Amino acid sequence: MTWNFDILPDFIFNGLSLGAIYGTVALALVLIFKATTLINFATGELAMLGAFLVYVLHMEQGLWLWLSMALAMVLSAGLGVLIERSLTRPFDPEDHLPVVLITLGLFLIINAVAGDIWNYQVRILSNPFGKFPSWVPSVGGDRFVEVFGSRLKYQSIGIWVTLAVALFALGLILNKTKAGLAFRAVSSNVESARLVGVHTGRTLGFGWAIASAFGTLGAVLVAPQLGGVNPNMMATILIYALAGAALGGLDSLGGAVLGGILVGLIQAVLVTWGGVVVFGQLYMSILQLAAAFLIILIVLLFRPSGLFGTRRVERV
Amino acid sequence: MVDDVFDEVGLKAENLHASYGAVEVLRGLDFEVAAKGVSVILGANGAGKTTTLRAICNMCTTTGTVTLGDEDITRTGTAEIVRKGVAHVPQGRGTFPELSTMDNLMVGAYTRKDNEVKDDLDRWFEIFPRLSERRDQLAGSLSGGEQQMLAVARALMCRPRLLLLDEPSLGLAPLIIEDLFERFTTLNKETGLTMLVVEQNANLALDMADYGYVIESGEITLSGTADELKNDPAVQEAYLGA
Repeated sequence: MTWNFDILPDFIFNGLSLGAIYGTVALALVLIFKATTLINFATGELAMLGAFLVYVLHMEQGLWLWLSMALAMVLSAGLGVLIERSLTRPFDPEDHLPVVLITLGLFLIINAVAGDIWNYQVRILSNPFGKFPSWVPSVGGDRFVEVFGSRLKYQSIGIWVTLAVALFALGLILNKTKAGLAFRAVSSNVESARLVGVHTGRTLGFGWAIASAFGTLGAVLVAPQLGGVNPNMMATILIYALAGAALGGLDSLGGAVLGGILVGLIQAVLVTWGGVVVFGQLYMSILQLAAAFLIILIVLLFRPSGLFGTRRVERV
Repeated sequence: MVDDVFDEVGLKAENLHASYGAVEVLRGLDFEVAAKGVSVILGANGAGKTTTLRAICNMCTTTGTVTLGDEDITRTGTAEIVRKGVAHVPQGRGTFPELSTMDNLMVGAYTRKDNEVKDDLDRWFEIFPRLSERRDQLAGSLSGGEQQMLAVARALMCRPRLLLLDEPSLGLAPLIIEDLFERFTTLNKETGLTMLVVEQNANLALDMADYGYVIESGEITLSGTADELKNDPAVQEAYLGA
């Protein structure tokens, strides 16, 4: 084995693009956590369902891919609202256990239903960033450009740009709209939000909607890396996203993105060198998952609020 | 101090019971808050003062009747009660610590659809210049006194007809408390905004109030004009340190 630094840019590119996807899914987790202090374990499966919506609309119905993605994001947002209204709102928000169990139940149900409809085979879904569009001058190939002697895939660039645009849109929604202000108020202090007349239930529904749309976006972006869509596609992604969210701070939106990217980079290191160095090729994926859990564990032990989360100070 | 932007309305509670789970905290209160007046509810810790305000806003399980003006609001949801003009400054101020001072005030105007929000913002910044200086600062970084001002200003941003204040003096230095209560008095005198204040600090509260109630273990044990209560031996002994 050798420490081959020629491949450094390669793994940075890969890490950054996988990390951006983890960041997107971590955002979906954090949006709901901020408002409810709950982990929505169904985040990944809702995202998977969104990816299958794109599959149905684009691959089966022949709609334009980007239109299918937009429609799927809107439909997932609607589903998020529906779930908040019907499954979580009837429960006392102070009592976390029932709602956590519900999201776990949703995880299993959505996975089983998707498995029943589409079975568990991987189905190919078009890559939104498979080839450079024809108007881009060719530099190196139609799927990548050469940077520092390495290949920077069009797919990576596409993922980064998409995430940047989505983050910008999220910032506008949260900071410039009345619904966004209400959402931030509910996230900060539910009771006070109610006392200024905010309908907290509807506002949480709004949070679920945005979170579900973000999840769907993440699932569509990750599908090409997994060879396509299948009902189990998000299981491990969710764990990396959870590690990213914990690392960044569960109540920090910016932290979620950065945490996700860091996890992506750590994973890339393990793929490039760790697997060879420690266990050999065979154990690599196990090592990556273990690393994700290790990150969660270390953060919870030594810095429970994560890198950018709010530290809880009890004041009397 | 300010142009009169508030309508006034009275509040009446009849046989008001409230409970958290199986624990009954209020056991049949009858009280009234006169329109344009300041009423105060005095009581020790655990007497049910905070619960009384929460019961008015339908934030706990209640029976009995609460009437705002001539409208029964007993079964109205909290968010709707705010729309009917009840602003509630909760105990411990209840600001949004992660939001800027400005955003805190803007959330206060959440229910409004008119186009004078900006005017009101300028008005309260003028009256609370400290808030204006700190408009971009996170509310969580303000001092206790500033946070209390912010909480009051936020409540006023919804142009209430009735202001509920839950122990505004709690945790503040005496000088700041005096300043705050002076502002409340001026606000009431100049705008006629109806107020219901619950307090442990009986001296200050009775100076400001027209009418008062004493609450013990969830029941009203005494009521009268502010002057009557100030001169009542039982009140003097229990709350005025005489």
